[in-house]
Amino acid sequence: MSENQILTKDDFSSDQAVRWCPGCGDYAILSQTQKVFPEITTKKEDVVFISGIGCSSRFPYYMDTFGFHTIHGRAPTIATGLKIANPELSVWIITGDGDGLSIGGNHLIHLMRRNIDLNVMLFNNRIYGLTKGQYSPTSERGKITHSTPMGSLDHPFNPTKLILGAEAGFVAKTIDRELKHLQEMIKRANDYNGTSFIEIYQNCNIFNDGAFSNLTDKKTKSDKLLRIEHGKPMIFGANDNKGIYINGTTPKVVEIGKDYSIDDILVHNEKDEFIADMLSNFTSNDIFPEPIGVLYCKERATYDGLMEQQMQDAQKKDKIPKTLHDLLNAGDTWEVK
Amino acid sequence: MSKKVKLETLDDVTIRFAGDSGDGMQLSGGRFTQTSAIAGNDLSTLPDFPAEIRAPAGSLAGVSSFQIHFSSHEIHTPGEEPDVLVAMNPAALKVHLEELVPGGILIVNKNAFTKKNLKLAGYESNPTEDGSLDDYYSVHYIEMSKLVTNACEGLDLPPKIIERTKNFCALGVLFWMYDRPLEPTLDWLKKKFKSKPLIIDANTRALHAGYNYGDTAEIFTTRYVVKKASLTPGKYRTINGALASCLGILTASQKSNLNITFAGYPITPASTLLHTLSNWKNFGIKTFQAEDEIAGIGVALGASYGGSLGITASSGPGIALKAEMMGLAVMTELPLVIISVQRGGPSTGLPTKTEQSDLLQAVYGRNGESPIPVIAPTTPGDCYFATYEACRIAVKYMVPVIVLSDGYLVNGSEPWLIPNPDDLNDFIANFEKENTSGEKFLPYKRDTKTLARNWAIPGTKGLEHRIGGLEKQNITGNVNYEPGNHHEMVQIRAQKVQNIVNEIGPTAIYGKKTGDLLILSWGSAHGSCRLAVETLLEEKLKVAHASVQWVNPLPPDLKNILSKYKKVLIPEVNTGQFRKIIRSEFLVDAVGLNEVRGKPLSPASIIDKAKELINE
Repeated sequence: MSENQILTKDDFSSDQAVRWCPGCGDYAILSQTQKVFPEITTKKEDVVFISGIGCSSRFPYYMDTFGFHTIHGRAPTIATGLKIANPELSVWIITGDGDGLSIGGNHLIHLMRRNIDLNVMLFNNRIYGLTKGQYSPTSERGKITHSTPMGSLDHPFNPTKLILGAEAGFVAKTIDRELKHLQEMIKRANDYNGTSFIEIYQNCNIFNDGAFSNLTDKKTKSDKLLRIEHGKPMIFGANDNKGIYINGTTPKVVEIGKDYSIDDILVHNEKDEFIADMLSNFTSNDIFPEPIGVLYCKERATYDGLMEQQMQDAQKKDKIPKTLHDLLNAGDTWEVK
Repeated sequence: MSKKVKLETLDDVTIRFAGDSGDGMQLSGGRFTQTSAIAGNDLSTLPDFPAEIRAPAGSLAGVSSFQIHFSSHEIHTPGEEPDVLVAMNPAALKVHLEELVPGGILIVNKNAFTKKNLKLAGYESNPTEDGSLDDYYSVHYIEMSKLVTNACEGLDLPPKIIERTKNFCALGVLFWMYDRPLEPTLDWLKKKFKSKPLIIDANTRALHAGYNYGDTAEIFTTRYVVKKASLTPGKYRTINGALASCLGILTASQKSNLNITFAGYPITPASTLLHTLSNWKNFGIKTFQAEDEIAGIGVALGASYGGSLGITASSGPGIALKAEMMGLAVMTELPLVIISVQRGGPSTGLPTKTEQSDLLQAVYGRNGESPIPVIAPTTPGDCYFATYEACRIAVKYMVPVIVLSDGYLVNGSEPWLIPNPDDLNDFIANFEKENTSGEKFLPYKRDTKTLARNWAIPGTKGLEHRIGGLEKQNITGNVNYEPGNHHEMVQIRAQKVQNIVNEIGPTAIYGKKTGDLLILSWGSAHGSCRLAVETLLEEKLKVAHASVQWVNPLPPDLKNILSKYKKVLIPEVNTGQFRKIIRSEFLVDAVGLNEVRGKPLSPASIIDKAKELINE
């Protein structure tokens, strides 16, 4: 076995039988991940998938890498500790809308502000699947579920908006059915030095089937989906005839060719947090298309990098105890004869 | 001009410094402790401060105190009722006077007995003027504020700052009374306020003012001598339990070559560990202040998964939040150390007071059959050894281990014979090596003797595997729900913890090898029980003290020891938690002595109870 042997999809597939419901969007995400990882690394012993609890959190069992299926909502804490212990590892958190945004919401936002160099894939199906169908923190208000027979009362979170608010440096969104795009987002997340966050719209065909059908059905998706790319104008529509135009301080959807030309259309700049904030507000908004792609990508110091620096700086300090013996014998001591 | 004073030799003395939170009582107590230690006394201390950082000045809620018990013989407790009470204001007098022994020495800062302060403390009339104290105590009213103001005349410092030196004036008086040198305190001042020569000057003057007052004022007729205690020869320092635990962690790291990741969330009284360890980065100790208690233990467990030794610390309410993650550590068989610093409960309870009421929480407080080894340090200095052992056992057996400490242990201090780390048990971490055999790695294969699985960390070639909270198949580590496998795994996890009895040395018996009564203690009840048994033995009673450090598993010789005495008494600062365990494990009809007052047990109550049982 040579040191840097090129790996294949099979190398990343474990021998465990996959146990999601037939037709679940998770299959596509797993398959694309296994497919893209040979492009990401030649050392699969350095790859660790860490999950919480929920359907999506079974994911690590199916990757032939290191994996840790932890407890509900707490994957970010375990991943943080792992990364502190060994900053060389490639760490991937797999979570869902319940695991990451409800029970684990606190950990997720603090993970973002710290900017530890790891990656988060949040599978958003807008429902609790494993507990058999209750509304989740991303379910639309009025959702009829087992726990809300008269409709849910909660207003949902907008995940990318929440995550941007938590000071994340890399925020992307994709869809389980957009296979190439999904692979591309995983590669981009991997390249980012810091915490990267990918929200993946994922269909639960048992408890919330069709939640994203307007973004995946051929008939509707061209008018509903906005593929954003750094440096490219924000255009969409069946004939690329629609675009986002900034009118003063507010965006609006305009038709290209009549009153507006392609040059009037806003060009995406993924390093601009104001554009990222604006795009995050398009989510579940009837007027605007749903953006997929990298909303925001701007590097800043990572927690693990700063910590390593402090550990090294501490070595250089003078006038501090240097040995265990020094510490044991610090302060006033006296002899008893 | 010195007057004629009597010199009286005493065996042991208990002094309590009491004042407002801002009066510097912890500091005065600390300096008196250090000076007594250097003078060769054995000693034990008990700081007691309010949960509020700055309760209103002069109020009863804002009273802070520091008690030191020092002696010419070996001692085990910070003392009960003080022989000397220093009361810096009316509130301190009100709170603590009741406990001063009849005829005891009372030293009062008279200047603080203003109308406003008297009212805050609820005094109708001024006790320093109405004669209500003089019949019962040997009272010394000293105008400390005035003394320091005069002493610091000409110093370019605001009156408020000068007034603050009055704690050093009180300290000076006591140094004179107990014939203590001033040099250690003067040296300390020079070091502490290196860049503030005026502060050094003011405190030096205040200290001398107090000392000279004792020497010249006509009111003191006696000085006291407490001779050196005969301690085991060697080099000593004073230590509190928090620092001892941190040194235990560092020793574990150095002897095993393991990196340490300590992650915690601020909580009284456990935060001190985070503060101390965060200064030791040059030793490779990484510290992390987490967003909450759960994250604290999660980060620690994640670090252990990565090959560092993960450690977290908290107190009751925080430990409750960490319970689920402890279960995950049990299931995934990873090393982890949880330091639980018990405080008064339930709920927020009494954050700054001590209690032993989280024993059942530590031993049983998780869902499922979730055994965790629990070690309870017996003295502040023992926190070093117990924490070291917890780290070693966690790695050797691949289990989470709880160190069950408490507020008294972490804040209390005592003289400490500085240990030699070479004398401790060897500590070797065995990591699973690269697997190039082409065969599948088996993460739940076990050592036949300890039943520990291998520590297989990410980054090691050929060891890719998955773990998690779902039940695992033995050997392969695959998710498994089969009835037989679950039953077997429950047994294995229990047996693994039970195997730790092989690490526990013989239980030390103090007193008679057989007899009428065994006083059995666990953790910090050690000191009070030892003192009680010393007294009972002097009275020729057939008693003994057995002190338990490992509470899960219990020492293997304990059953036999219990059978050697007619009766067993278990004093503890809870309503009988260890007694429940002992009764259920050994079917021994042990009797309890249970006081839950937020402070260590009273040796006098133990003595009374013991006599009552013996005479029954």
